[in-house]
Amino acid sequence: MSVARPTRTRKDPALPKSGRRTRATKGDTDAGTPARHGAAGHRTDLLESMLRIRRFEERCVELYSAARIRGFVHLCIGEEAVAVGVNATLTPEDAVVSTYREHGHALARGIPAEAVMAEMYGRTTGCSGGRGGSMHLFDASRRFYGGNAIVAGGLPLAAGLALADRMRGQEHVTCCFFGDGAFAEGEFHETANLAALWNLPLLFLCENNLYAMGTALERHEAQTDLAMRAASYGMVAWAVDGMDVEAVERASRRAVEGVRAGAGPHFLELRTYRFRAHSMYDPDRYRHKAEVERWKERDPIALLTDRMRENGELDDGEPARIEQRVADGIDHAVEAAERAPEEPVGHLLHHVTSSPAEAVS
Amino acid sequence: MGAGGGKGTGATTYREAMREALREALRSDDRVFLMGEDVGRYGGCFGVSLGLLEEFGPERVRDTPLSESAFVGAGIGAALAGMRPIVEIMTVNFSLLALDQILNNAATLLHMSGGQLPVPLVIRTTTGAGRQLAAQHSHSLEGWYAHIPGLRVLAPATLEDARHMLAPALADPDPVLIFEHGSLYNASGELPPPTGPVDLDHAAVRRPGTDISLITYGGSLPKALAAADELASGGISAEVIDLRTLRPLDQAVIASSVARTHRAVVVDEAWRTGSLAAELSARIAEESFYDLDAPVERVCSAEVPIPYARRLEEAALPQTADVVAAVHRAVD
Ligand SMILES: Cc1ncc(C[n+]2csc(CCOP(=O)(O)OP(=O)(O)O)c2C)c(N)n1
Ligand SMILES: [Mg+2]
Repeated sequence: MSVARPTRTRKDPALPKSGRRTRATKGDTDAGTPARHGAAGHRTDLLESMLRIRRFEERCVELYSAARIRGFVHLCIGEEAVAVGVNATLTPEDAVVSTYREHGHALARGIPAEAVMAEMYGRTTGCSGGRGGSMHLFDASRRFYGGNAIVAGGLPLAAGLALADRMRGQEHVTCCFFGDGAFAEGEFHETANLAALWNLPLLFLCENNLYAMGTALERHEAQTDLAMRAASYGMVAWAVDGMDVEAVERASRRAVEGVRAGAGPHFLELRTYRFRAHSMYDPDRYRHKAEVERWKERDPIALLTDRMRENGELDDGEPARIEQRVADGIDHAVEAAERAPEEPVGHLLHHVTSSPAEAVS
Repeated sequence: MGAGGGKGTGATTYREAMREALREALRSDDRVFLMGEDVGRYGGCFGVSLGLLEEFGPERVRDTPLSESAFVGAGIGAALAGMRPIVEIMTVNFSLLALDQILNNAATLLHMSGGQLPVPLVIRTTTGAGRQLAAQHSHSLEGWYAHIPGLRVLAPATLEDARHMLAPALADPDPVLIFEHGSLYNASGELPPPTGPVDLDHAAVRRPGTDISLITYGGSLPKALAAADELASGGISAEVIDLRTLRPLDQAVIASSVARTHRAVVVDEAWRTGSLAAELSARIAEESFYDLDAPVERVCSAEVPIPYARRLEEAALPQTADVVAAVHRAVD
């Protein structure tokens, strides 16, 4: 087994490496200069948001071990910079489509931790009323369209959301997260072609964490330069260091601006890594511990913390204060979920159709 | 082509009735659009949408690439975002490339989201055999879709239903699949003026009778009616029930018919095993067991991929003579 190394990530280039329709972009193109939103306050927000996801998921592990939550649970620990960096560039009217590894996307989108935790508990107060669980988080009011556990299954849906917005003259962007494994599915390629052909306002966000379950990228893709392949569909595409939340934010902002301006779909390959196993069931036998440890040296939370320290933007007490706020929020979410009501079994057939009960059993 | 078809002015075809329904939908609601392979410039692979591109333009009559999964999924997404898409899949055989989207998204999102996300999508597709198109263009898979909670499945078999089922399908907040049997497109006749909104919940008695109930739908309806004609001349009065909606099934009409006739034959062009015909037989056994004077009979396709050769294809499909024979088994 070849060992993937974090050094293969590179900084997002000033210009798309492989986008065919490269556009001149205003500002924010120099990865070296501070981003427009580089204020210390904004960085603190990013840090807190990533930490909230990390601690939320660590709590999920505890709750899972204690059998308080069940089912398939996929953690994004290590990948928080992607969720947080992208979401920082979206408006509430934009739409988000995600995968089963979506706790981070959902929290970063602003779905309250209580609603997500209650969903993990299968309670009526969950963001999907307890019908979805970890893999199917939804929030129509935040245009968060799941939570799709069919690999690549959300992509065609995202194209339709984008199409509808375009047909109705709304300048919204639809963002679709998916993994490197999804890149091998026909649904990705069909959607990439359709989106480029119809110039849809769609942002493809490929979280390349180098594995599809236990299958390493080079064992499932003949050509592993995913951004280059996406560009072949005629969309602007480039790869980004997915461990650096500010790099993600810069890239996403530029891509979102391009999409919103009518330049058609864009594709970001976010080079990231999951520190934990694929799911709670996964014994993680297919990669070396040393590889995981090397990637942990690029922990997105540590990376940003160090940068802020170097900038003199974090005083000594600040990390502890952030940790405390985050912990309080999660404690509250867990307590609320523990107390939340379970749905009566008499409601079993609800939400199968929009009418109260289907005419036949 | 392009005859009005809506006002009872002269003969119209099933194809024209369907087209008129599409035209009316596109005219009356700007959220409605039609998309699919060759629905625009080509006019629809069976000519149903001919002329609609010219009338409504390429934004609303939208040719798609050969990407069943992507454009069906795009229909789902557009429905979520407030549009009322009508997606055409050329035939049910190709719908299998979109089965993931239909089952795992369209039928499921409302439930998985705890009721937040209804999917007001209409999918139209052609089904059935009888035109020597061989195995990959001839199957009747609507029963598979009728298996799925969250979907409504329609099978318009008459000109009226071809003309009038689309509007209520579009008004339904949930996904609706419309199966048009390929042998029906050229069926023609006088389209009676509408008598009010068409309901999608009830089966219809197409021919009343007293001795036996023939329960069928779609492309098999003309065969069942022909069988009833033939039986009548031999003194057997057959009632013909057109299911119209394959999910949810109208249990009440079936049960009340069997309560009167005490005998039932199910006619379904799909394969017998694990089929809608099996479901109907089971329901009759469950609900009407004590009304029955004979075992339920089924007339289905032979358990073979539909062959190309004409005489083999004819042998594989339910024919009027098979229906008549089944009735005699039940009655004699
Ligand atoms: C269509 C489909 N095939 C297989 C699976 C089983 N499965 C779940 S996740 C996964 C790996 C997906 O990898 P990737 O797209 O890279 O996403 P990641 O899990 O790494 O975030 C597989 C094979 C599935 N859920 N859906
Ligand atoms: Mg992966």
